[in-house]
Amino acid sequence: MEKTDKQQLIVTVSPHIKSEESVTRIMWSVNLSLLPAITMGAYFFGPKALFVTVLCIISSLLSEYFVQKGLKKKVTVSDGSAFLTGLLLGMNLPSSLWSFSPFTIHIPVIGSVVAIIITKQLFGGLGYNIFNPALIGRAFLLISFPKAMTIWNTPSSAFFGLDAKTAATPLGILKEEGAQKLIEAFGDTTNLYSQLLLGHRAGSIGETSAIALLFGAGFLMYKRYITWHLPISFLASAALLAWVFGGKDMQTGKMLLFHGDPVVHLLSGGIILGAFFMATDYVTCPSVRRGQIVFGIGCGALTMLIRLKGGYPEGVMFAILLMNCFAPLIDKNMRTRVFGFVKKKETKQ
Amino acid sequence: MSSTSNYWGLIKNGIFAENPIFRVALSLCPAVAVSSGLKNGFLMGVAVLFVQTMVNVTVSIIRRFIHPKVRIPSYMFVIATWVTVTDLMMAAFARDVYRQMGLYIQLIVAYAIILSRAELFASKNKVAPSFFDGLGMGIGFFFALIVISFFRELLGKGSLWGIPIVDFKPMLIMILPTGGFFAVGILMGLFNWIDIRFFGGGGASGGGH
Repeated sequence: MEKTDKQQLIVTVSPHIKSEESVTRIMWSVNLSLLPAITMGAYFFGPKALFVTVLCIISSLLSEYFVQKGLKKKVTVSDGSAFLTGLLLGMNLPSSLWSFSPFTIHIPVIGSVVAIIITKQLFGGLGYNIFNPALIGRAFLLISFPKAMTIWNTPSSAFFGLDAKTAATPLGILKEEGAQKLIEAFGDTTNLYSQLLLGHRAGSIGETSAIALLFGAGFLMYKRYITWHLPISFLASAALLAWVFGGKDMQTGKMLLFHGDPVVHLLSGGIILGAFFMATDYVTCPSVRRGQIVFGIGCGALTMLIRLKGGYPEGVMFAILLMNCFAPLIDKNMRTRVFGFVKKKETKQ
Repeated sequence: MSSTSNYWGLIKNGIFAENPIFRVALSLCPAVAVSSGLKNGFLMGVAVLFVQTMVNVTVSIIRRFIHPKVRIPSYMFVIATWVTVTDLMMAAFARDVYRQMGLYIQLIVAYAIILSRAELFASKNKVAPSFFDGLGMGIGFFFALIVISFFRELLGKGSLWGIPIVDFKPMLIMILPTGGFFAVGILMGLFNWIDIRFFGGGGASGGGH
């Protein structure tokens, strides 16, 4: 308020106390919180990883700019939401996409265009999309280009290492060859856990380093942009199901109850990235706390269902997208009681 | 309703103003299921064009003899008759295609657009206008299927009419049902935009199945 000669009284409607928070600020904070994970991704997978991510971000921003111009809307490229979509999409892609023969560089661009134009802007823009844009972009790419999207490079700690060997992801090994083989591939169990925690494994660019992702998630929780309800119920239900149903008898190949390894399931695949950064998207998850727990449990259960029984080795993406459909329903049925409202007695017989 | 300009108007109505798929949004099921290739889309379009025209003519001829209470079953009989004719003709003259498309040809019986034109137009109008209405609706459906299947085959398989024409890796999703919904939705939006922008229409679209 500018001070003028005459002290003016301002008449406004409530709310009168406003916080500093805004959509722009939250979006850029989330972008910032993903910085450790993308740094680790770049460290493990080399400059290719950065190129893919930057390509996704640039094409997302351009898509947002042109579609908002074309639809004669206010251009809101600088609010960070398109940047975040591009960043998340890039983190969900394999670094092997940056390759000229076979030419696959157009794939991240197509993904960004689908994410921003079809999933977000055609449904009404930020706040109106039913599904998480980055995940729809990735689902579109995975179904369209199943081969190019599942070539995983092995991580190399030399930043400019030119060798681009391919390898299966831990979940791929677990699905195709079993838990014993996975432990053999990493030496022993302790080594397996520590490598998975650090992120030294084949996988998408930003999903591998659990510790860097948890660091970013901790920042978001400290700033109270996300709460524990959704991610923890997501991870806990997945871990429980992994422990109960994840075990397999090596000789007979039958399911062995209560012998699964929840740690491997929690640290591999995109479940940490999904639980903390993508399922918690404000637009596509329920806004009621109880509803978020239901949403998280649904995501966890569907993830483990796909991982253990489905055709794909990884199910976080489809689980979150399926639960996105249920978010409005959950919100509607789990509304908090209005203060001072007395529940009427049932009059129907 | 006797001058030629009115008949031309009826045909145009079926192609643009009340296009079965892009404007009225009826019979989206076959539009998604059959349009994964240009060849399939073309043949399905021809089959629907034939059935729609003949059903409209037949219903219009017998419209005075049908009691209103039994009109829907009667129309279904007429439609089933003409679908059987189409089905047997295709089985006789286009065996290869029939092996792929046979089931979908028989399903024409259940297409909402055919029954709705019989009920809404042919049962209330004389034979000549009914014929042109059926022709227009059939051409509209045919046109929509051609456009949809053109984009789906080009983007999904990189080929047209089964002949490979582009060398890039195609987007597999476009020949799956999901891609069909993408194609129908985007083209419907495009047609609404054209209608609003150039013809001053309302860009309306109903819902159907």
